[in-house]
Amino acid sequence: MANQYDIIVIGGGPGGYVAAIRAAQLGFKTAVVEREHLGGICLNWGCIPTKALLRSAEIYHYMEHAKDYGLSAQGIGFDAAAIVQRSRGVSGRLNGGVGMLLKKNKVDVIWGEAAISKPGEVVVTAPKKPAMQPQNPVPKGVLEPGTYAAKHIIVATGARPRALPGIEPDGKLIWTYFEAMVPPAMPKSLIVMGSGAIGIEFASFYRTMGVDVTVVEVMPQILPVEDAEIAGLARKRFEKQGMKILTGAKVTKVEKGANSITATIDDGKTTQTITAERMISAVGVVGNIENLGLEKVGVKIERGIVVTDGLGRTNVPGIYAIGDVAGPPMLAHKAEHEGVICVETIKGMHTHAMDKAKIPGCTYCNPQVASVGLTEAKAKEQGFDVRVGRFPFIGNGKAIALGEPEGLVKTIFDKKTGQLLGAHMIGAEVTELIQGYVIAMNLETTEEELIHAVFPHPTLSETMHESVMDAYGRVIHI
Amino acid sequence: MPINILMPALSPTMEKGNLAKWLKKEGDSVKSGDVIAEIETDKATMEVEAVDEGILAKIVVPEGTADVPVNELIALIAAEGEDPKSVTAPASGGGAAAPAPKAEAAAAPAAPAAAPQPQANTVQGDPNAHMSYARVDQAPEGPATAAKPNGAGQPQASGNRVFASPLAKRIAREAGVDIASIQGSGPHGRVVEKDVRAALQGGGTKPAAAPATAAPTPAPAGKPAAPQLAQSMGADQVKAMFEAGSYEEVPLDGMRKTIAKRLVESKQTVPHFYLSLDCELDALMALREQINAAAGKDKDGKPAYKLSVNDFVIKALAIALQRVPAANAVWAEDRILKMKHSDVGVAVAIEGGLFTPVVRKAEQKTLTAISAEVKDMAGRARNRRLKPEEYTGGSTAVSNLGMYGIKDFQAVINPPHGTILAVGAGEQRVVVKNGAPAVVQAMTVTLSCDHRVVDGALGAELLAAFKQLIESPMGMLV
Repeated sequence: MANQYDIIVIGGGPGGYVAAIRAAQLGFKTAVVEREHLGGICLNWGCIPTKALLRSAEIYHYMEHAKDYGLSAQGIGFDAAAIVQRSRGVSGRLNGGVGMLLKKNKVDVIWGEAAISKPGEVVVTAPKKPAMQPQNPVPKGVLEPGTYAAKHIIVATGARPRALPGIEPDGKLIWTYFEAMVPPAMPKSLIVMGSGAIGIEFASFYRTMGVDVTVVEVMPQILPVEDAEIAGLARKRFEKQGMKILTGAKVTKVEKGANSITATIDDGKTTQTITAERMISAVGVVGNIENLGLEKVGVKIERGIVVTDGLGRTNVPGIYAIGDVAGPPMLAHKAEHEGVICVETIKGMHTHAMDKAKIPGCTYCNPQVASVGLTEAKAKEQGFDVRVGRFPFIGNGKAIALGEPEGLVKTIFDKKTGQLLGAHMIGAEVTELIQGYVIAMNLETTEEELIHAVFPHPTLSETMHESVMDAYGRVIHI
Repeated sequence: MPINILMPALSPTMEKGNLAKWLKKEGDSVKSGDVIAEIETDKATMEVEAVDEGILAKIVVPEGTADVPVNELIALIAAEGEDPKSVTAPASGGGAAAPAPKAEAAAAPAAPAAAPQPQANTVQGDPNAHMSYARVDQAPEGPATAAKPNGAGQPQASGNRVFASPLAKRIAREAGVDIASIQGSGPHGRVVEKDVRAALQGGGTKPAAAPATAAPTPAPAGKPAAPQLAQSMGADQVKAMFEAGSYEEVPLDGMRKTIAKRLVESKQTVPHFYLSLDCELDALMALREQINAAAGKDKDGKPAYKLSVNDFVIKALAIALQRVPAANAVWAEDRILKMKHSDVGVAVAIEGGLFTPVVRKAEQKTLTAISAEVKDMAGRARNRRLKPEEYTGGSTAVSNLGMYGIKDFQAVINPPHGTILAVGAGEQRVVVKNGAPAVVQAMTVTLSCDHRVVDGALGAELLAAFKQLIESPMGMLV
């Protein structure tokens, strides 16, 4: 039967399309339902296009500091529209790439919005949600809306920006990441509400481009999930770059002008008002669990999250959930991994639930921040007697040569077993470095293996080695 | 090229054994079928036969070496035309101190592969290079998995290396646990942290949880935590309670370790309950006398057979299991195995421990056949000459302490058996019959049941069937 599949994945984001490809590899007849853009938020409005914007900002920053490297650059400037255009081009190219990959793996793409009518059946209707513009063209050869049957249905519908009551984004003065990604021009000033990865990346981008940026964070530190020491260092660097940061502070009210917005900010002691041209609301995301028929078929949902068993299975046989809808951390790499686990579980392979403690997190601000595992505070809270190692970039030859002497690698070990509990990094290229510790943690290495490993010289990775040695009183270069 | 003799796996679960004795010396010629060494496992002493011809060139593991891992190189045979003196053990061969390669061996560049690589052999090497040296290479259910070099599912037994993560090794070492005894659940059977933690909490040497099945199952809210089991005291703790010199320390032999491990596992993981019943024996004693009197005499004037009460007990239990087939079952973690035949174990006390050889298909065997088989196996058990397959399997066992005058007792189930029958002494008792005291011969039997397989009513049904056969013993003869 043409409309009959083994697996239908609802949502073509990083979780969904990866699950679909893995399913096809395992011999399942597979389809993906997508209403707006293959590759999801990550590829079209998140991870990828922001990296393109930040790369422009980074090069602009280097150009401004050309003199530091013995170079001269005159007439430095930028064209906001061209920066955005490049970012859209990067997304467009990868969006097409996902389409090719699905085609290559013989995964059908059904274009529209899906709802589960009953276990084993998905009804796809034409997209009702207006697509964010600019939208990439709908891929060729997609299947039309209709009723489709599948033995297994995987919900991978992702998430959308969370809106605070009274401060709802309007797309004009109050932006979400959608509008912030494609600014028609650089605003003169900007309030960024929320200092998680999304808020801080935009704050860093706009600040580097010369915008007057104020970050307002309700928690006592910026980058609330990161180690306090690393977040503190990040804050210092941002402030040195001219960013204004208010922590423990809440936007209680906004008043909109013609081309400006005035926010009332309460930090518990005093109340102040700040006026800026635009505001970005980056207070987290919420899972897209509505209009999918989940309640109708009895799928258990708790606090906006589909309850699964860690292998993607919901309480309803034949219905699975992965990625953002299945709970935090709401990260693309977590969704991808869950998608694979889910499909392999359906196949009957021997799967393990993901160890969420070993999922790395990266923030691509300047300086970059990357981490995996427990923060020092969390480790102590869990009762570990810890050994902490620290190594600053100033002690690393490559960092000095790069002109990036500001950075820190912090490692946290269980004193008793030598288990690497967490690693936290700030500085140049740390987002590319963190995987070393991720592998180490997944292989359950102790400090001994890390100390005995040879790290190449001269590289920034030597800081990772030294940090471990510092934890055990053996550090050399400091 | 010399032929490697590797430590054989005498049973699918064997991980190491003691090299008890070499029956050939270096320089002796060996031919196929020659017994070259004796190996002591946890329960039995086995002979190792040569399958190739040549000269025993090098004994790598000297006799008396304990805990030699399966597949470790134990000796080398020089093949025809090969100078036994030039045969050297590889430097990497574990266990014993191997001499450094001699000059003449190293001077043969034409044969760089001359140095045997035990590692390679164990993983994908020559399939007939090693395991066939053991006389016992068949498990009761077919070829032993460990005997197949490429056999999956036995990664622990496939090499002299235990694959374990560094963290797992360290936690095991600090807790004083032998990591080789822990079943790994990581990639390729690698022992990881959680395996060691589970083992420390008790019962960790059991196979890992069965792989997830294809059929979606309702998502459990969370796995129930493994019950926290008491840790037994360490040797130092126990010794501290006694005056030094007031005791003799007896090192544990393989059998004692196995008994301890299995029975702790049984008592901690098998939910036991007990059912007791009195059986009258007058009819059985009369029948036994009649049968024994009818036995022909051999040329020495000895009767051809002499049935014991225990032989009747075995036969009665075997038939009862056929009449109540649901009780003829064993627990297999995620399923129950219902046995077709009645394989009944018989506990045999021997010097320093006990064995439970299994009478297979006992329901089909005559009393005299059972009697002869038990006699033979008990005799060989006392000399520790039972083959592993003779004491594996079965769904139940009989433990008889009647000869010591024990009236009744409760036996510990021998995993994976579903039940065990404890048989007390046959004695004259006064009972009330038709309102008046009467003297009868009687014995008390107690059935220990694994409640996961045999519920109360089912156990009672089995015991009732048993009693009926014992009290009307002619039923066993038809």
